[in-house]
Amino acid sequence: MAKSESELTWKDLEIGCIVTEPGSARQYETGAWRSQRPTYDFSKCIKCGICQLYCPEGCVEQNEDGVFEANMFYCKGCGICAKECWTRVITMVEEEEK
Amino acid sequence: MTTRVGIEVSIALADAVKMANADVIAAYPITPQTHIVEHLAELVANGELDAEYIPVESEHSAMSACVGSASVGARTFTATAGQGLELMHEVLYIPSAMRLPIVMAVANRALSSPLSVWGDHSDMMAVRDTGWIQIVVENGQQAMDNILCAFRIAEDKRVLLPVMVHLDGFNLTHVVEPIVFPEQSDVDKFLPAYNYPLPLNPDRPVAMGDFAPPVIFTEAKWAQEVVLRDSKDIILECWNEFGKTFGRQYFPVERYHSDGAKVLLLTVGSFGETAMVAIDKMRAEGNDVGQIRLRLWRPFPFEELRQAVKDADILIVLDRAISFGGPGGVVASEVKAALYNLDKKPRIVSYVAGLGGRDITVAAFEAIIKNGIEIARTGSENEYEIYGVRG
Repeated sequence: MAKSESELTWKDLEIGCIVTEPGSARQYETGAWRSQRPTYDFSKCIKCGICQLYCPEGCVEQNEDGVFEANMFYCKGCGICAKECWTRVITMVEEEEK
Repeated sequence: MTTRVGIEVSIALADAVKMANADVIAAYPITPQTHIVEHLAELVANGELDAEYIPVESEHSAMSACVGSASVGARTFTATAGQGLELMHEVLYIPSAMRLPIVMAVANRALSSPLSVWGDHSDMMAVRDTGWIQIVVENGQQAMDNILCAFRIAEDKRVLLPVMVHLDGFNLTHVVEPIVFPEQSDVDKFLPAYNYPLPLNPDRPVAMGDFAPPVIFTEAKWAQEVVLRDSKDIILECWNEFGKTFGRQYFPVERYHSDGAKVLLLTVGSFGETAMVAIDKMRAEGNDVGQIRLRLWRPFPFEELRQAVKDADILIVLDRAISFGGPGGVVASEVKAALYNLDKKPRIVSYVAGLGGRDITVAAFEAIIKNGIEIARTGSENEYEIYGVRG
């Protein structure tokens, strides 16, 4: 899309608002919904991947060090990973408290 | 050569769908629509119509299946009535917003409760705002003709909207009428094969009915509104073309001795033909009365209506449904809204009658017109009048 969403007029939309670009949903920053963010103490991480299995957004990935971390572009801050983590690696903090 | 056949209207309507060469029919039987889909099932089973007939488990599923089939570009038909249309209600908004050219016949029926299988326009009025093009017919010939027109209008690249063809339950669906069948070759020319511009196709993926955040939703709805309003020109073009090919032309507001008449009766649907007899009789007795009949319910024909009533002093509007606790007749309230800002407009009298299959006889139409004239002159404390209720 050449124009951003806020620049599109009704005439720019495809018929029936059909989306013609496959996979375009990945451009949607669901991270903007977040009010809390996960923080990590990776020294406790046993690399079990339970946080990845439970993440409803599918935004948790194993990084080069082998530990699991959420992609903040998509993470909605639901806190399920923090609740499920066996070893309490993850703590949710208010976004404002960075 | 065309053939005039004595045939039940439902069967002729199904034959029109066959002549239109529909690809998919997904429907659930419900009185008084049953004969339409029964005959289509028969045509498919006999191999006379090369189509997929999907016997679904409900009307909600019927419309959902139609959405799917229209999404791949298949010519899609369904039919329903009354409660069935209501069960579809949620799904009706989808094809109009997704711009899928489904054609549906609605055998108009009263809504429960109390249970009634008989006809009125409660079902039609309840789906007024679903974004479909809505055509109303008054006899079997019009039903057959407008099914063919509906496919052509729906599939026009400038339209791509679903179309409902409303015909009165029993009063039309179950009567035998002399109907002129068109030649298949003429139908084929009038209604060529169509290609939906953006069908579901693994080689060229698209997403339909996707989610729209607030920044897009208003634009999406306005685009939908503009295309529905603008579809009127294409509907007129289609009816014009139909007239040239088949010799019968249709108009958004049909006129019957209405030009210059001081008193007009507005009707919707098959009862308009009974009203014509009353108009003939009253005119023969020297009364200056005429009739207009609404053919196009959505998009609403504002200009044509204003033009048709411009010389009238009194306009009596007949509704076959009640907007409970509101202005009474739905059509009357729309007509009032359409005329309100004009400097010169007729006095409007709203009448409700013909609910749940109750007939309106010629004598009743005469009474409605005479009482309507009286009310227009003397005024009434009622928002609307109901005809024929006892007590």
